[in-house]
Amino acid sequence: MILNPIQASLKELAQALGTKAISSVELTTLFLDRSERLNPTLNAFITLDRDKTLAMARAADVRLATGETGPLLGIPLAYKDIFCMEGWLTTCASKMLANFVSPYDAHVVEQFKKAGMVTLGKCNMDEFAMGSSTENSFYGPAKNPWDVRRVPGGSSGGSAVAIAARLAPAATGTDTGGSIRQPAALCGLTGIKPTYGVVSRYGMIAFASSLDQGGPMAKSAEDCALLLGAMAGFDPRDSTSLQRPAEDYRRSLEKPLDGLRIGLPKEFFCAGMSDDVRSAVDAALGEYRKLGARTIEVSLPNSGLSVPAYYVIAPAEASSNLSRFDGVRYGYRAPDYSDLADMYCKTRAQGFGAEVKRRILIGTYVLSHGYYDAYYLQAQKVRRLIANDFAEAFKHCDIIASPTTPNVAFEIGSKSSDPVQMYLSDIYTTSANLAGLPGLSIPCGFGAGNMPVGLQLIGNYFDEARMLNLAHRYQQATDWHLRMPEEL
Amino acid sequence: MQRGTQWEVVIGLETHAQLRTSSKIFSGASTAFGAAPNVQACAVDLALPGVLPVLNKAAVECAIRFGLALGAEIAPRSVFARKNYFYPDLPKGYQISQFELPVVKGGTLTMLVASGKSGESAYEKTVHLTRAHLEEDAGKSLHEDFHGKTGIDLNRAGTPLLEIVTEPDMRSAAEAVAYAKALHALVRWIGICDGNMQEGSFRCDANVSVRRLGAPLGTRREIKNLNSFRFLQQAIDYEIKWQIETIEDGGSIHQATVLFDPATGATRAMRSKEDAQDYRYFPDPDLLPLEIAPAWISAVRANMPELPAEMRLRFERDYGLSAYDAVALTASRETAQYYEDCVAAAGKGSSKTCANWVMGDLSARLNKENLEIAAAPVSPGQLAGIVQRIADNTISNKIGKDVFDALWNGDGPDADAIIAAKGLKQITDSGAIEKLIDEVLAANPKSVEEFRAGKEKAFNALVGQAMKATKGKANPQQVNELLRKKLAG
Repeated sequence: MILNPIQASLKELAQALGTKAISSVELTTLFLDRSERLNPTLNAFITLDRDKTLAMARAADVRLATGETGPLLGIPLAYKDIFCMEGWLTTCASKMLANFVSPYDAHVVEQFKKAGMVTLGKCNMDEFAMGSSTENSFYGPAKNPWDVRRVPGGSSGGSAVAIAARLAPAATGTDTGGSIRQPAALCGLTGIKPTYGVVSRYGMIAFASSLDQGGPMAKSAEDCALLLGAMAGFDPRDSTSLQRPAEDYRRSLEKPLDGLRIGLPKEFFCAGMSDDVRSAVDAALGEYRKLGARTIEVSLPNSGLSVPAYYVIAPAEASSNLSRFDGVRYGYRAPDYSDLADMYCKTRAQGFGAEVKRRILIGTYVLSHGYYDAYYLQAQKVRRLIANDFAEAFKHCDIIASPTTPNVAFEIGSKSSDPVQMYLSDIYTTSANLAGLPGLSIPCGFGAGNMPVGLQLIGNYFDEARMLNLAHRYQQATDWHLRMPEEL
Repeated sequence: MQRGTQWEVVIGLETHAQLRTSSKIFSGASTAFGAAPNVQACAVDLALPGVLPVLNKAAVECAIRFGLALGAEIAPRSVFARKNYFYPDLPKGYQISQFELPVVKGGTLTMLVASGKSGESAYEKTVHLTRAHLEEDAGKSLHEDFHGKTGIDLNRAGTPLLEIVTEPDMRSAAEAVAYAKALHALVRWIGICDGNMQEGSFRCDANVSVRRLGAPLGTRREIKNLNSFRFLQQAIDYEIKWQIETIEDGGSIHQATVLFDPATGATRAMRSKEDAQDYRYFPDPDLLPLEIAPAWISAVRANMPELPAEMRLRFERDYGLSAYDAVALTASRETAQYYEDCVAAAGKGSSKTCANWVMGDLSARLNKENLEIAAAPVSPGQLAGIVQRIADNTISNKIGKDVFDALWNGDGPDADAIIAAKGLKQITDSGAIEKLIDEVLAANPKSVEEFRAGKEKAFNALVGQAMKATKGKANPQQVNELLRKKLAG
């Protein structure tokens, strides 16, 4: 067999499946075997279920045998454990949902099932997507395959680990303040958070409703373009889902970049960015100039307020979204309690981890009578200013580039005692969520400890195809995205 | 505190009207009443992880109808907000409601308030509305039959409600009840609520305070969940008395939420302002602001029925009815329809007689049998038949009642058939009546003597004898006239 499935693109896998060079069961078994072998070390998956997975692979093979073809048919896919999937444990990496088997499929899951993708497993993450390291998981931290002493980023860390270690060809993630882009950057992957409203949130367990957006993570921009096409689309069950014509996000992958203006926010290229990250990003920008693009300085004057605004709005929405986890109808309930109030208190005290409780407290506080105007309302005004900054910047440039994170992946445990330090790793990513803009991260080299560095691209609303075009052209000219960690 | 000062009562009402949509306000589950517990609760109603609300357009349409009926402003943009609190029958841990920007603002409702001992005099009262907003209902906690545990039924969770809030415009329990009745009639009239109070489709909270005349507003207490007009009356009356006595005894009123106990007729405090919850309202990020375009309002307006206030004026004008009669006949759309059908069949000249029959015998019989007018066994056409036969002297008014009873019991297809079958046709042959009177006079010499001695009562006794002899069929007017002539002669 010429094909090396663990390094192959989705396009190559689809070709192999279409020509019967490999069956879905064979392909899936290969990834399942790797996952079962390496998961004890990496903790990428919360749930692997060989029987369910192979049943789906067999069903895909039946479809393939009838002559059906499709760009994703028969290809395995890992899901962040935030996506509800019928008959599968859907835990959000929380003790609160450790026993929750979803009775229904998220819209994203429905879409991929229709496309014939095979569920490989449910990936580890920060509990309820709150975190930047996957250390806040009830199931223990996921490990970065480039250096297992380090975090893979988060909150979609398990998804990133699964792809980086080649346990899965691709995975889904969700991004509320950088949770796709940051782990993609720290694990040397490509990940895209689409414009808010492009991917339905139905069945994606809510963290912060006005910021949450699902998206694909994969080895390349081309793979992401393919996956995004299947994920996106109007869903009447999500009132914030946008009614737009379907798009082929691959349509302009090859388009030349001549004359394209790349804006570099001066507020991002300053103190706080480590030297290794800076030099990798500078080299990437040099590569873009070689490809015909121009780089210009732009300004996002309020970007310094994005982390503070984010850490008011996201916890506020989370404090309300997580109220449904009360021990009454499903999930965890404390075994002993004296009355109703005691049942609520003990259930939530025992069922949620420290970071989730911290954010519920922050959110409850900022929505409280007498504090609402000073915090929540003020943060919403800041949010508007941040969106206005981008609108102004996009008058002068076509795309904005920056590092995805200020540093490469840090060591497990090194920041867990300092939440503010942890929150600052989102410094370049949160503003895209606050403005609702699409953001993407691609690998652009290696920094300290030979750890991957990510380049972030932020586009204007609905500019996903152009962003993927930029990412793809870069990946045609470089091979960072093809590097993989040494076999563990 | 000086006793016997003049007290003024100030009342505002908050009413929850359950909207008559077939599915819930944010999910596709059915809203039908009475199903087995939790069979009408879908993933959204159960607040499973990951589910999202989608606004039911029909519920918004109900709010628009309501706003149009009250001459209120229909907000071009309103916002759904989350009211956060924990309770087992509130699955999400928050209720989706509207807070700062409600869908309906302002508007007025005008009604007649009965006053005087037997309500014989009435005055017109206009109540101003503050707002009306859309929200979802909670489920039900069931404390019986669970051996010390609590059962949760989420069938009602997510049922659409319109919360209708008035200004503190009412000055007595009678005014509050008159408003509540008028509102109840209106929401049914425009078809947005079935008004079934036993099932909780229409329930009131009353904010009550008292003050000495001319003084600033007193501190209010809110009586929760009154689901009958009688309870509303009793609870407010009790509360007024309690507040006045408390103040006159040197006490003061503290803001509180109170419950009315129908068994004792008393109100008791449930929670005080100090332990009032902080609901942490904020705009629901799962729902976009509700925008209502003028075209939508126009489309709803085009389908609005004639409203009771307009109809009442038309009845006074076209049918020559008194205001009192016009109000009674427009109490519900069904009553008004019945009356108009009856007049159409009987002829406009009989409009007053028709009104008397509908408000009199028909209404009394419906009450007695606990029937809605739509289910009356006597149709408007049948009733018109009776009215016509009275008008053309075929039968007397009194025989009309017998014919009505016979039609009610299904003894015949129409008034004429019953009159013919039972031989109820009035005796108008003056020869026959004269002969009858001669017989009555001969048989009752004592009454004749008394009448001649100046006792008018004796005359009535003689008329009664004559009517009795013909089983009420003699034309009473002719009997009167001929009897007088005979006695005078």
